[in-house]
Amino acid sequence: MRREIPMIVAFVAGVTIILEFFVPALRDVASQIQKWYLVVIAFAILVGAFNLLRINYMKIRYRRADWPYSFALIAGLFAMAIIGIGWGIKEGTVFDWLFNYLIFPMSSTVFALLAFFVASAAYRAFRARTVDATLLLVAAVVVMLGQVPIGSAWVPAWWPDSLVFLTPDWLKDRIMNIFNTAGQRAILIGASLGVVSTSLRILLGIERSYLGEE
Amino acid sequence: MKFVRWLADIDRRIIFLVIAVAVVIPLLLPLGMRVKVTPQTESIYEEVENLPPGSNVLVAFDYDPAAAPEVHPMALAFLRHCFTKKHKVIIMALWPQGAQMAVSALAEVGKEYDLEYGRDYVNLGYKPGGDIVIKSLGASLGEVFPKDMAGEPTAGLAILAKVRNLKDIDLVMDLSAGDPGIPAWVRVANALYQRKVAGGCTAVSAPQFFPYLQTGQLVGLLGGLKGAAEYESVLAYAGKASRRMDAQSIAHLVIIVFIIFANISYFILRRQREEKREGPRTGPAASP
Repeated sequence: MRREIPMIVAFVAGVTIILEFFVPALRDVASQIQKWYLVVIAFAILVGAFNLLRINYMKIRYRRADWPYSFALIAGLFAMAIIGIGWGIKEGTVFDWLFNYLIFPMSSTVFALLAFFVASAAYRAFRARTVDATLLLVAAVVVMLGQVPIGSAWVPAWWPDSLVFLTPDWLKDRIMNIFNTAGQRAILIGASLGVVSTSLRILLGIERSYLGEE
Repeated sequence: MKFVRWLADIDRRIIFLVIAVAVVIPLLLPLGMRVKVTPQTESIYEEVENLPPGSNVLVAFDYDPAAAPEVHPMALAFLRHCFTKKHKVIIMALWPQGAQMAVSALAEVGKEYDLEYGRDYVNLGYKPGGDIVIKSLGASLGEVFPKDMAGEPTAGLAILAKVRNLKDIDLVMDLSAGDPGIPAWVRVANALYQRKVAGGCTAVSAPQFFPYLQTGQLVGLLGGLKGAAEYESVLAYAGKASRRMDAQSIAHLVIIVFIIFANISYFILRRQREEKREGPRTGPAASP
Protein backbone atom coordinates (compact mmCIF):
# COMPACT_ATOMS: atom_id res chain seq x y z
CA MET A 1 0.00 0.00 0.00
CA ARG A 2 2.98 2.32 0.48
CA ARG A 3 3.25 2.51 -3.28
CA GLU A 4 -0.36 2.15 -4.33
CA ILE A 5 -1.79 5.02 -2.25
CA PRO A 6 0.64 7.70 -3.53
CA MET A 7 0.07 6.43 -7.09
CA ILE A 8 -3.71 6.68 -6.69
CA VAL A 9 -3.36 10.21 -5.20
CA ALA A 10 -1.11 11.28 -8.11
CA PHE A 11 -3.53 9.79 -10.67
CA VAL A 12 -6.70 11.31 -9.19
CA ALA A 13 -5.12 14.74 -8.60
CA GLY A 14 -3.44 14.89 -12.01
CA VAL A 15 -6.46 13.70 -13.99
CA THR A 16 -8.80 16.08 -12.11
CA ILE A 17 -6.51 19.08 -12.84
CA ILE A 18 -6.39 18.11 -16.56
CA LEU A 19 -10.16 17.47 -16.80
CA GLU A 20 -10.86 20.82 -15.14
CA PHE A 21 -9.92 22.49 -18.44
CA PHE A 22 -12.69 20.60 -20.24
CA VAL A 23 -15.30 20.00 -17.51
CA PRO A 24 -16.21 23.23 -15.63
CA ALA A 25 -18.07 21.18 -12.99
CA LEU A 26 -14.71 19.90 -11.73
CA ARG A 27 -13.38 23.42 -11.08
CA ASP A 28 -14.20 23.39 -7.36
CA VAL A 29 -12.63 19.97 -6.83
CA ALA A 30 -9.50 21.05 -8.73
CA SER A 31 -9.35 24.25 -6.69
CA GLN A 32 -9.51 22.21 -3.49
CA ILE A 33 -6.71 19.93 -4.70
CA GLN A 34 -4.57 23.00 -5.44
CA LYS A 35 -5.15 24.30 -1.91
CA TRP A 36 -4.04 20.95 -0.50
CA TYR A 37 -0.97 21.09 -2.71
CA LEU A 38 -0.01 24.47 -1.22
CA VAL A 39 -0.34 23.02 2.30
CA VAL A 40 1.65 19.89 1.40
CA ILE A 41 4.44 21.91 -0.24
CA ALA A 42 4.74 24.08 2.89
CA PHE A 43 5.28 20.92 4.94
CA ALA A 44 7.75 19.68 2.31
CA ILE A 45 9.88 22.72 3.12
CA LEU A 46 9.86 21.68 6.77
CA VAL A 47 10.89 18.14 5.77
CA GLY A 48 13.71 19.66 3.68
CA ALA A 49 14.90 21.77 6.61
CA PHE A 50 14.88 18.75 8.97
CA ASN A 51 16.74 16.68 6.40
CA LEU A 52 19.37 19.39 6.00
CA LEU A 53 19.71 19.55 9.76
CA ARG A 54 20.04 15.77 10.09
CA ILE A 55 22.70 15.44 7.36
CA ASN A 56 24.80 18.28 8.75
CA TYR A 57 24.40 17.07 12.34
CA MET A 58 25.75 13.64 11.31
CA LYS A 59 28.66 15.35 9.58
CA ILE A 60 29.57 17.19 12.79
CA ARG A 61 29.01 14.15 15.01
CA TYR A 62 31.38 11.92 13.01
CA ARG A 63 33.82 14.78 12.25
CA ARG A 64 33.57 14.21 8.49
CA ALA A 65 35.46 16.41 6.00
CA ASP A 66 34.63 20.13 6.24
CA TRP A 67 32.43 19.61 9.34
CA PRO A 68 33.02 23.21 10.56
CA TYR A 69 30.98 24.40 7.54
CA SER A 70 28.09 22.23 8.70
CA PHE A 71 28.36 23.82 12.12
CA ALA A 72 28.18 27.29 10.53
CA LEU A 73 25.13 26.19 8.53
CA ILE A 74 23.25 24.90 11.59
CA ALA A 75 24.19 27.97 13.63
CA GLY A 76 23.00 30.25 10.80
CA LEU A 77 19.78 28.25 10.34
CA PHE A 78 18.84 28.48 14.01
CA ALA A 79 19.98 32.09 14.41
CA MET A 80 17.89 33.34 11.46
CA ALA A 81 14.87 31.21 12.44
CA ILE A 82 14.90 32.32 16.10
CA ILE A 83 15.48 36.00 15.23
CA GLY A 84 12.86 35.94 12.45
CA ILE A 85 10.17 34.19 14.50
CA GLY A 86 10.97 36.09 17.70
CA TRP A 87 11.37 39.67 16.46
CA GLY A 88 9.77 39.63 13.00
CA ILE A 89 11.17 40.10 9.51
CA LYS A 90 9.92 43.60 8.66
CA GLU A 91 12.14 46.50 7.63
CA GLY A 92 14.38 47.67 10.45
CA THR A 93 14.36 44.38 12.38
CA VAL A 94 17.50 42.42 13.30
CA PHE A 95 16.53 39.81 10.70
CA ASP A 96 16.34 42.52 8.03
CA TRP A 97 19.74 43.88 9.14
CA LEU A 98 21.34 40.42 8.98
CA PHE A 99 19.80 39.85 5.56
CA ASN A 100 21.00 43.18 4.15
CA TYR A 101 24.47 43.23 5.66
CA LEU A 102 25.42 39.54 5.78
CA ILE A 103 23.41 37.35 3.41
CA PHE A 104 23.02 39.94 0.64
CA PRO A 105 26.72 40.87 0.25
CA MET A 106 28.00 37.32 0.82
CA SER A 107 25.68 35.75 -1.77
CA SER A 108 26.36 38.54 -4.28
CA THR A 109 30.11 38.13 -3.78
CA VAL A 110 30.01 34.39 -4.43
CA PHE A 111 27.97 34.93 -7.60
CA ALA A 112 30.29 37.74 -8.71
CA LEU A 113 33.22 35.30 -8.65
CA LEU A 114 31.63 33.85 -11.77
CA ALA A 115 33.05 36.76 -13.80
CA PHE A 116 36.59 35.64 -13.00
CA PHE A 117 35.93 31.99 -13.79
CA VAL A 118 34.10 32.89 -17.02
CA ALA A 119 37.09 35.00 -18.13
CA SER A 120 39.53 32.20 -17.33
CA ALA A 121 37.33 29.53 -18.98
CA ALA A 122 36.80 31.70 -22.08
CA TYR A 123 40.57 32.13 -22.40
CA ARG A 124 41.14 28.37 -22.40
CA ALA A 125 38.03 27.11 -24.19
CA PHE A 126 37.32 29.65 -26.92
CA ARG A 127 39.86 28.46 -29.49
CA ALA A 128 39.16 28.26 -33.22
CA ARG A 129 40.07 24.56 -33.44
CA THR A 130 37.25 23.57 -35.80
CA VAL A 131 34.64 25.31 -37.98
CA ASP A 132 31.98 24.77 -35.28
CA ALA A 133 34.23 26.17 -32.57
CA THR A 134 35.05 29.17 -34.79
CA LEU A 135 31.35 29.89 -35.35
CA LEU A 136 30.72 29.72 -31.60
CA LEU A 137 33.73 31.94 -30.95
CA VAL A 138 32.67 34.60 -33.47
CA ALA A 139 29.05 34.57 -32.23
CA ALA A 140 30.22 34.90 -28.61
CA VAL A 141 32.52 37.83 -29.40
CA VAL A 142 29.81 39.63 -31.41
CA VAL A 143 27.19 39.15 -28.66
CA MET A 144 29.64 40.21 -25.95
CA LEU A 145 30.44 43.38 -27.88
CA GLY A 146 26.85 44.10 -28.88
CA GLN A 147 25.62 43.56 -25.32
CA VAL A 148 27.59 46.49 -23.86
CA PRO A 149 27.67 50.21 -24.72
CA ILE A 150 31.32 50.03 -25.79
CA GLY A 151 30.23 47.79 -28.69
CA SER A 152 28.42 50.64 -30.38
CA ALA A 153 30.55 53.47 -28.94
CA TRP A 154 33.08 53.22 -31.78
CA VAL A 155 30.40 53.60 -34.48
CA PRO A 156 30.46 57.29 -35.52
CA ALA A 157 27.26 59.27 -36.08
CA TRP A 158 28.00 59.52 -39.80
CA TRP A 159 28.19 55.73 -40.22
CA PRO A 160 26.15 54.97 -43.40
CA ASP A 161 22.93 53.00 -43.04
CA SER A 162 24.03 50.71 -45.87
CA LEU A 163 26.91 49.48 -43.64
CA VAL A 164 24.86 49.02 -40.48
CA PHE A 165 25.27 45.24 -40.82
CA LEU A 166 28.91 45.68 -39.81
CA THR A 167 28.08 47.02 -36.37
CA PRO A 168 28.09 44.64 -33.36
CA ASP A 169 24.66 45.93 -32.32
CA TRP A 170 23.02 44.92 -35.59
CA LEU A 171 24.79 41.57 -35.70
CA LYS A 172 23.95 40.81 -32.07
CA ASP A 173 20.26 41.55 -32.65
CA ARG A 174 20.22 39.17 -35.63
CA ILE A 175 22.01 36.41 -33.70
CA MET A 176 19.66 36.77 -30.71
CA ASN A 177 16.39 37.29 -32.57
CA ILE A 178 16.86 34.78 -35.36
CA PHE A 179 19.38 32.04 -34.61
CA ASN A 180 19.00 32.03 -30.82
CA THR A 181 15.20 32.27 -30.90
CA ALA A 182 14.91 29.46 -33.43
CA GLY A 183 17.18 27.23 -31.34
CA GLN A 184 15.47 28.12 -28.06
CA ARG A 185 12.04 27.44 -29.57
CA ALA A 186 13.18 24.00 -30.70
CA ILE A 187 14.51 23.26 -27.19
CA LEU A 188 11.28 24.57 -25.66
CA ILE A 189 9.07 22.40 -27.89
CA GLY A 190 11.27 19.36 -27.25
CA ALA A 191 11.26 19.95 -23.48
CA SER A 192 7.48 20.48 -23.47
CA LEU A 193 6.90 17.20 -25.27
CA GLY A 194 9.18 15.58 -22.70
CA VAL A 195 7.15 17.11 -19.85
CA VAL A 196 3.88 15.84 -21.39
CA SER A 197 5.31 12.37 -21.82
CA THR A 198 6.77 12.25 -18.28
CA SER A 199 3.51 13.57 -16.81
CA LEU A 200 1.54 10.83 -18.56
CA ARG A 201 4.02 8.23 -17.33
CA ILE A 202 3.59 9.49 -13.75
CA LEU A 203 -0.21 9.56 -14.01
CA LEU A 204 -0.31 6.04 -15.40
CA GLY A 205 2.09 4.75 -12.77
CA ILE A 206 4.85 3.84 -15.24
CA GLU A 207 7.29 6.44 -13.89
CA ARG A 208 7.76 5.81 -10.16
CA SER A 209 11.04 7.54 -9.36
CA TYR A 210 9.17 10.02 -7.14
CA LEU A 211 8.35 7.06 -4.88
CA GLY A 212 12.03 6.36 -4.43
CA GLU A 213 12.15 3.59 -7.02
CA GLU A 214 14.93 3.28 -9.60
CA MET B 1 58.51 31.57 -28.62
CA LYS B 2 58.87 31.40 -24.87
CA PHE B 3 56.46 34.32 -24.60
CA VAL B 4 53.92 32.55 -26.85
CA ARG B 5 54.10 29.43 -24.66
CA TRP B 6 53.67 31.55 -21.55
CA LEU B 7 50.68 33.24 -23.19
CA ALA B 8 49.08 29.91 -24.10
CA ASP B 9 49.36 28.59 -20.52
CA ILE B 10 48.94 31.86 -18.72
CA ASP B 11 48.44 31.59 -14.97
CA ARG B 12 44.75 32.11 -14.31
CA ARG B 13 45.58 34.38 -11.38
CA ILE B 14 46.88 36.90 -13.93
CA ILE B 15 43.51 36.74 -15.72
CA PHE B 16 41.73 37.22 -12.39
CA LEU B 17 43.91 40.23 -11.58
CA VAL B 18 43.37 41.89 -14.97
CA ILE B 19 39.57 41.31 -14.74
CA ALA B 20 39.55 42.76 -11.20
CA VAL B 21 41.37 45.90 -12.39
CA ALA B 22 39.07 46.14 -15.44
CA VAL B 23 36.02 46.04 -13.18
CA VAL B 24 37.23 48.23 -10.32
CA ILE B 25 38.63 51.17 -12.30
CA PRO B 26 35.41 51.99 -14.23
CA LEU B 27 33.45 51.64 -10.98
CA LEU B 28 35.71 54.25 -9.36
CA LEU B 29 36.07 56.42 -12.47
CA PRO B 30 32.82 56.09 -14.46
CA LEU B 31 33.09 56.61 -18.21
CA GLY B 32 29.41 57.51 -18.60
CA MET B 33 28.82 55.49 -21.76
CA ARG B 34 25.28 55.76 -23.12
CA VAL B 35 23.17 52.63 -23.24
CA LYS B 36 21.07 52.01 -26.33
CA VAL B 37 17.50 51.14 -25.39
CA THR B 38 16.18 47.96 -27.03
CA PRO B 39 12.53 47.48 -28.15
CA GLN B 40 11.90 44.86 -25.46
CA THR B 41 12.76 47.40 -22.74
CA GLU B 42 10.89 50.21 -24.47
CA SER B 43 7.72 48.08 -24.59
CA ILE B 44 7.72 47.53 -20.81
CA TYR B 45 8.15 51.26 -20.30
CA GLU B 46 5.27 51.99 -22.71
CA GLU B 47 3.06 49.42 -21.00
CA VAL B 48 3.54 51.02 -17.56
CA GLU B 49 3.26 54.50 -19.05
CA ASN B 50 -0.03 53.74 -20.84
CA LEU B 51 -1.78 52.21 -17.83
CA PRO B 52 -4.20 54.67 -16.20
CA PRO B 53 -3.04 55.93 -12.76
CA GLY B 54 -4.14 53.62 -9.99
CA SER B 55 -3.76 50.46 -12.11
CA ASN B 56 -2.88 47.26 -10.28
CA VAL B 57 0.63 46.06 -11.03
CA LEU B 58 1.78 42.76 -9.55
CA VAL B 59 5.54 42.51 -9.07
CA ALA B 60 6.94 39.05 -8.35
CA PHE B 61 10.34 39.06 -6.67
CA ASP B 62 11.54 35.63 -7.80
CA TYR B 63 15.24 36.05 -7.10
CA ASP B 64 17.71 35.92 -4.25
CA PRO B 65 20.74 38.01 -3.24
CA ALA B 66 23.04 36.01 -5.56
CA ALA B 67 21.29 37.50 -8.60
CA ALA B 68 20.78 40.89 -6.97
CA PRO B 69 23.64 42.75 -8.73
CA GLU B 70 21.82 42.15 -12.02
CA VAL B 71 18.14 41.94 -11.09
CA HIS B 72 17.82 44.29 -8.09
CA PRO B 73 18.53 47.48 -10.13
CA MET B 74 15.62 46.43 -12.40
CA ALA B 75 13.37 46.13 -9.37
CA LEU B 76 14.37 49.60 -8.18
CA ALA B 77 13.83 51.19 -11.62
CA PHE B 78 10.51 49.41 -12.20
CA LEU B 79 9.16 50.32 -8.74
CA ARG B 80 10.20 53.95 -9.29
CA HIS B 81 8.30 54.00 -12.57
CA CYS B 82 5.18 52.45 -11.02
CA PHE B 83 5.17 54.82 -8.05
CA THR B 84 5.79 57.84 -10.30
CA LYS B 85 2.74 56.83 -12.37
CA LYS B 86 0.78 56.30 -9.13
CA HIS B 87 0.05 52.64 -9.83
CA LYS B 88 -0.87 50.27 -7.02
CA VAL B 89 1.98 47.80 -6.50
CA ILE B 90 1.22 44.32 -5.18
CA ILE B 91 4.38 42.43 -4.32
CA MET B 92 4.79 38.70 -3.83
CA ALA B 93 7.52 36.08 -4.15
CA LEU B 94 7.82 32.52 -5.36
CA TRP B 95 11.40 32.42 -4.05
CA PRO B 96 12.05 32.20 -0.28
CA GLN B 97 14.37 35.20 -0.20
CA GLY B 98 12.39 37.20 -2.76
CA ALA B 99 10.08 38.82 -0.22
CA GLN B 100 13.09 40.09 1.74
CA MET B 101 14.60 41.44 -1.49
CA ALA B 102 11.35 43.39 -1.91
CA VAL B 103 11.71 44.81 1.63
CA SER B 104 15.19 45.95 0.65
CA ALA B 105 13.96 47.53 -2.62
CA LEU B 106 11.01 49.26 -0.94
CA ALA B 107 13.29 50.67 1.77
CA GLU B 108 15.39 52.30 -0.95
CA VAL B 109 12.64 53.48 -3.31
CA GLY B 110 9.82 54.05 -0.84
CA LYS B 111 11.43 57.04 0.86
CA GLU B 112 11.46 58.97 -2.45
CA TYR B 113 7.65 58.95 -2.62
CA ASP B 114 4.75 59.73 -0.33
CA LEU B 115 3.57 56.14 0.02
CA GLU B 116 1.31 54.43 2.48
CA TYR B 117 1.54 50.70 3.11
CA GLY B 118 -1.73 48.97 2.33
CA ARG B 119 -2.95 51.84 0.17
CA ASP B 120 -0.19 52.29 -2.43
CA TYR B 121 1.68 49.03 -2.07
CA VAL B 122 1.65 45.75 -0.22
CA ASN B 123 4.20 43.00 0.31
CA LEU B 124 2.35 39.67 0.43
CA GLY B 125 5.51 37.70 1.11
CA TYR B 126 6.67 34.28 -0.04
CA LYS B 127 4.44 31.40 -1.03
CA PRO B 128 5.91 28.04 -2.10
CA GLY B 129 4.30 26.15 -4.98
CA GLY B 130 5.34 27.84 -8.25
CA ASP B 131 2.74 27.33 -11.00
CA ILE B 132 0.03 26.24 -8.56
CA VAL B 133 0.37 29.46 -6.56
CA ILE B 134 -0.15 31.50 -9.74
CA LYS B 135 -3.07 29.29 -10.78
CA SER B 136 -4.64 29.68 -7.34
CA LEU B 137 -4.24 33.45 -7.63
CA GLY B 138 -6.54 33.15 -10.63
CA ALA B 139 -9.28 31.95 -8.28
CA SER B 140 -8.70 34.10 -5.21
CA LEU B 141 -5.80 36.27 -4.11
CA GLY B 142 -7.14 36.52 -0.57
CA GLU B 143 -7.22 32.75 -0.13
CA VAL B 144 -3.61 32.33 -1.28
CA PHE B 145 -2.41 35.27 0.81
CA PRO B 146 -4.70 35.59 3.83
CA LYS B 147 -1.87 37.46 5.56
CA ASP B 148 0.87 39.77 4.28
CA MET B 149 4.59 39.35 4.87
CA ALA B 150 4.40 40.91 8.33
CA GLY B 151 1.60 38.52 9.33
CA GLU B 152 -1.17 41.16 9.18
CA PRO B 153 -4.51 40.12 7.62
CA THR B 154 -4.83 41.23 3.98
CA ALA B 155 -8.64 41.36 4.13
CA GLY B 156 -8.83 44.97 5.31
CA LEU B 157 -6.15 46.43 3.05
CA ALA B 158 -7.44 49.21 0.77
CA ILE B 159 -5.11 48.21 -2.08
CA LEU B 160 -6.72 44.74 -2.27
CA ALA B 161 -10.33 45.94 -1.91
CA LYS B 162 -10.87 45.76 -5.66
CA VAL B 163 -8.42 42.95 -6.37
CA ARG B 164 -10.24 39.64 -6.05
CA ASN B 165 -7.94 37.58 -8.22
CA LEU B 166 -5.39 37.66 -11.04
CA LYS B 167 -8.01 38.94 -13.49
CA ASP B 168 -7.99 42.29 -11.65
CA ILE B 169 -4.25 42.71 -12.24
CA ASP B 170 -3.38 45.01 -15.16
CA LEU B 171 0.26 44.03 -15.52
CA VAL B 172 2.48 41.33 -14.05
CA MET B 173 6.20 42.01 -13.78
CA ASP B 174 8.26 38.97 -12.89
CA LEU B 175 11.80 39.64 -11.74
CA SER B 176 13.34 36.22 -11.93
CA ALA B 177 16.65 34.43 -11.52
CA GLY B 178 15.50 30.91 -12.33
CA ASP B 179 12.70 28.49 -11.59
CA PRO B 180 9.93 29.24 -10.65
CA GLY B 181 10.03 32.37 -12.72
CA ILE B 182 9.12 33.82 -16.10
CA PRO B 183 8.00 30.53 -17.78
CA ALA B 184 5.58 29.83 -14.90
CA TRP B 185 4.03 33.31 -15.17
CA VAL B 186 3.79 33.00 -18.98
CA ARG B 187 2.25 29.50 -18.72
CA VAL B 188 -0.37 30.42 -16.17
CA ALA B 189 -0.93 34.19 -15.87
CA ASN B 190 -0.67 34.83 -19.62
CA ALA B 191 -1.80 31.62 -21.27
CA LEU B 192 -4.57 30.74 -18.79
CA TYR B 193 -5.75 34.14 -17.54
CA GLN B 194 -4.67 36.36 -20.49
CA ARG B 195 -2.80 38.78 -18.21
CA LYS B 196 -0.03 40.93 -19.65
CA VAL B 197 3.30 39.62 -18.37
CA ALA B 198 6.66 41.40 -18.50
CA GLY B 199 9.92 39.92 -17.30
CA GLY B 200 13.30 40.81 -15.91
CA CYS B 201 16.03 38.21 -15.54
CA THR B 202 19.77 37.58 -15.40
CA ALA B 203 21.68 38.05 -18.67
CA VAL B 204 22.57 34.36 -18.85
CA SER B 205 18.91 33.27 -18.83
CA ALA B 206 17.54 36.02 -21.12
CA PRO B 207 18.13 34.18 -24.45
CA GLN B 208 15.74 31.36 -23.49
CA PHE B 209 12.83 33.81 -23.18
CA PHE B 210 13.14 35.30 -26.67
CA PRO B 211 10.50 32.91 -28.12
CA TYR B 212 7.97 34.32 -25.61
CA LEU B 213 8.80 37.83 -26.81
CA GLN B 214 8.24 36.94 -30.45
CA THR B 215 4.87 35.33 -29.73
CA GLY B 216 3.77 38.31 -27.61
CA GLN B 217 3.39 36.16 -24.48
CA LEU B 218 5.87 38.53 -22.83
CA VAL B 219 5.21 42.23 -23.41
CA GLY B 220 8.88 42.98 -22.76
CA LEU B 221 12.06 41.64 -21.24
CA LEU B 222 14.85 43.22 -19.23
CA GLY B 223 17.94 41.07 -19.72
CA GLY B 224 20.67 41.36 -17.10
CA LEU B 225 22.42 44.51 -15.99
CA LYS B 226 22.05 45.97 -19.48
CA GLY B 227 18.26 45.59 -19.31
CA ALA B 228 18.27 47.40 -15.96
CA ALA B 229 20.53 50.15 -17.34
CA GLU B 230 18.21 50.53 -20.34
CA TYR B 231 15.21 50.94 -18.05
CA GLU B 232 17.09 53.55 -16.01
CA SER B 233 18.03 55.27 -19.24
CA VAL B 234 14.45 55.39 -20.50
CA LEU B 235 13.39 56.80 -17.10
CA ALA B 236 16.17 59.40 -17.52
CA TYR B 237 18.11 58.71 -14.35
CA ALA B 238 21.51 57.13 -13.75
CA GLY B 239 21.16 54.44 -11.13
CA LYS B 240 23.28 51.51 -10.05
CA ALA B 241 22.90 49.63 -13.34
CA SER B 242 24.02 52.55 -15.50
CA ARG B 243 27.10 53.03 -13.34
CA ARG B 244 27.94 49.32 -13.44
CA MET B 245 27.56 49.09 -17.23
CA ASP B 246 30.91 50.85 -17.70
CA ALA B 247 32.60 48.11 -15.67
CA GLN B 248 30.78 45.43 -17.65
CA SER B 249 31.81 47.09 -20.93
CA ILE B 250 35.49 47.11 -20.03
CA ALA B 251 35.32 43.56 -18.61
CA HIS B 252 33.78 42.29 -21.88
CA LEU B 253 36.45 44.09 -23.86
CA VAL B 254 39.23 42.59 -21.73
CA ILE B 255 37.77 39.08 -22.13
CA ILE B 256 37.65 39.57 -25.92
CA VAL B 257 41.29 40.71 -25.91
CA PHE B 258 42.17 37.62 -23.86
CA ILE B 259 40.34 35.39 -26.36
CA ILE B 260 42.24 37.01 -29.27
CA PHE B 261 45.60 36.51 -27.51
CA ALA B 262 44.69 32.91 -26.68
CA ASN B 263 43.89 32.21 -30.33
CA ILE B 264 47.04 33.91 -31.65
CA SER B 265 49.20 31.80 -29.32
CA TYR B 266 47.19 28.69 -30.23
CA PHE B 267 47.77 29.18 -33.98
CA ILE B 268 51.47 29.98 -33.60
CA LEU B 269 52.05 26.85 -31.49
CA ARG B 270 49.94 24.70 -33.81
CA ARG B 271 51.92 25.86 -36.81
CA GLN B 272 55.15 25.15 -34.98
CA ARG B 273 53.96 21.66 -34.07
CA GLU B 274 52.96 20.98 -37.69
CA GLU B 275 56.33 22.19 -38.97
CA LYS B 276 58.12 19.92 -36.51
CA ARG B 277 55.97 16.96 -37.54
CA GLU B 278 56.43 17.57 -41.27
CA GLY B 279 60.19 18.31 -40.98
CA PRO B 280 61.66 14.78 -40.55
CA ARG B 281 59.02 13.28 -42.89
CA THR B 282 59.92 15.53 -45.89
CA GLY B 283 63.69 15.30 -45.27
CA PRO B 284 64.46 11.61 -45.98
CA ALA B 285 61.70 11.35 -48.59
CA ALA B 286 63.42 14.02 -50.71
CA SER B 287 66.72 12.09 -50.90
CA PRO B 288 66.93 9.11 -53.31
